Amino acid sequence: MPRTPIEVPHKIEYLSILNEKGEVDTKLEPKIEPKQLKEMYRWMLLARRVDERLLKLQRQGRIGTFPQATGHEAISLGSIVNLKPSDWHVPAYRELAGFLYRGWPLESILIYWMGYEEGAQPPEGTNDLPIAVPVSSQLLHAAGLGMANNLQGDKNVVVTYFGDGGSSEGDCHEAMNFAAVFDAPVVFVCLNNQFAISVPIAKQMKNKTIAQRAIAYGMDGIRVDGNDVLAMYVATKEAVEKARRGEGPTLIEALTYRYTPHTTADDPSRYRNEDVSKEWAAKEPLIRFEKYLKAKKVMTDAEKQTMEEEIEARINEAITNAEEATKHPPLSDPLVMFDYLYKDMPDYLSLQRDELAKALGISEADDSKKNEASTAKRGG
Amino acid sequence: MAEMNMAKAINLAMHEAMERDKRVLVMGEDVGPDEGVFRITEGLHAKFGDKRVIDTPLAEAGIVGTAIGMAIYGLRPIAEIQFSGFEYYAYHQIEMHAGRFRNRTRGRLSCPMVIRCPSGGGIRAIEHHSESREAIYAHSPGLKVVMPSGPRNARALLHAAIQDPDPVIYYEPKALYRLFKEDVPETVETLPIGRAQVVQEGKDVTIVAYGAMVRPAIDAAEILEEEDGIRPEIIDLLTIAPMDTETIVNSVKKTGRVIIVHEGPRTCGIGSEVVARINEFALMYLEAPIRRVTGYDVPIPYFAREKAYLPDADKVVSAVREVLSFN
Repeated sequence: MPRTPIEVPHKIEYLSILNEKGEVDTKLEPKIEPKQLKEMYRWMLLARRVDERLLKLQRQGRIGTFPQATGHEAISLGSIVNLKPSDWHVPAYRELAGFLYRGWPLESILIYWMGYEEGAQPPEGTNDLPIAVPVSSQLLHAAGLGMANNLQGDKNVVVTYFGDGGSSEGDCHEAMNFAAVFDAPVVFVCLNNQFAISVPIAKQMKNKTIAQRAIAYGMDGIRVDGNDVLAMYVATKEAVEKARRGEGPTLIEALTYRYTPHTTADDPSRYRNEDVSKEWAAKEPLIRFEKYLKAKKVMTDAEKQTMEEEIEARINEAITNAEEATKHPPLSDPLVMFDYLYKDMPDYLSLQRDELAKALGISEADDSKKNEASTAKRGG
Repeated sequence: MAEMNMAKAINLAMHEAMERDKRVLVMGEDVGPDEGVFRITEGLHAKFGDKRVIDTPLAEAGIVGTAIGMAIYGLRPIAEIQFSGFEYYAYHQIEMHAGRFRNRTRGRLSCPMVIRCPSGGGIRAIEHHSESREAIYAHSPGLKVVMPSGPRNARALLHAAIQDPDPVIYYEPKALYRLFKEDVPETVETLPIGRAQVVQEGKDVTIVAYGAMVRPAIDAAEILEEEDGIRPEIIDLLTIAPMDTETIVNSVKKTGRVIIVHEGPRTCGIGSEVVARINEFALMYLEAPIRRVTGYDVPIPYFAREKAYLPDADKVVSAVREVLSFN
């Protein structure tokens, strides 16, 4: 009958291990082999250079509108390295480093932003979902994969990503609630770059952190310096191990700043003070990681130079390959828009395919699908 | 052979499918110990347990979205949405993901899953519980939409839907759940998705219907035969998308006159698509304008007025007489 307080667990931690000066908290510093540390840096550098080159390609009209991921390499890479190949990667759209690390060919990334669905085809043998454009809708797929894992008695883990804007979507709430209720092995990584296109985080939510929402769902939550790859590594490692032990989901809020426009079609000067952007520039993840690696004598200047040259050569090669691929089927063939909608094409769709072939003047002899064996594969 | 109603036949199909295929599971609101608000999941929880008969939180996007994840993982979820009026909450997951995964991953990932959902009016339900929204899903690429009209085809269609490699919206005309019984064979049957059935051959006029509207079409045909001495041909679409154009066109070529009956609103309804296909493939065989006997372009009224809204045998009879008198 009386009015009494209800005790609710409410501890939310903030984790930072490597600060912007490159200083490390040795008590929290993870034990990562020097070789792996260098590899992690290489993937992050590759993602950065790809992102920079994509911007140039977009300005040249060689790819379409795309969302840059500059400055978000630590969040994606620091988390993804904790996954096994059989684990699931359920990205949003700023996880470029993670895509590359999981084995997506650079050609696929390019082909996707050139406007072809073929670039959204996960490489064979990976447990990866493609980019998810409708924000936070992918979180439910992650929860479902985790639930299925439990039903099958498997030991896989799902890592999924969303943004601060996406945290307002109903699907975000539903996914976290489902994952918590069913003890699904899901690690929710919120890339909080403080802007949803133009809307700042203060207008997105009243709560102090996104991480604290974990309390409401009955799961663990932590806020991490999203520009600190070591902190991302440690927080995700703990969450992945916990999930693999069957102890349910975790919410990791990775705090960063959107260093770029929302997409190449956006102009941030309309809505934010770019002086603040300059303050954040010094905090970006690669500079501090490089300082750390050099201080630990894990990587020399010469090694970094070699890395840069190899990356540049690889990017050049991939661009050549991707642009060449667009000249040949399947990319050059508009009729494939019909070929993968259903496993077996309905008659009326087939008629529409023929109608388009006629409109485009594509004869049966030039039709890449009709040239294939009659048992044309449309996926399984 | 066993005689049963549609509720029992749908239930039987789920029992059979879950026994045959360990990947099949049922999920939704109140599908567990409560056995569904219409008792369609009767006995499933007792037999297959919590893991394969999952009571979910009350969230339709959550149900469909997690079912998509499960389907991608390799399971065969049957997701129950309690009423079609609540399926809107899940529409974005159905349209943007269930219907698209195969296409956008060029066949690498797919969503073999069934979304079961009671549909339509006629049971004096409360507001928002009587919608017929199949046209929305038929309009969405990548989905298949089926709707049984009786116990035997309900069971066969559900088996086909569960075995289908693509996502299937399985709409259950809830007015028929316990309306009548039918003999259902011992052995499991499937009906091909994408094929309509001629439920009564005739020569004077074609009546195209599906779901709960097949009954008024049959009743109307009986009245017309008795009072007017004409014999309508009745087509039960069974699959709404992809639509069986051939069966419709063949019938139109024979009769030259057509009535389409459905509960959903008229504008851009399924009837519009039937008219368009007849226009494309059999226009010159028509001897009269096609009439649509459908729900009106208003939200289905709360139950005190729903009888006036819904198509019935009398409305079909009037429409047939009008079409037949056109010269």
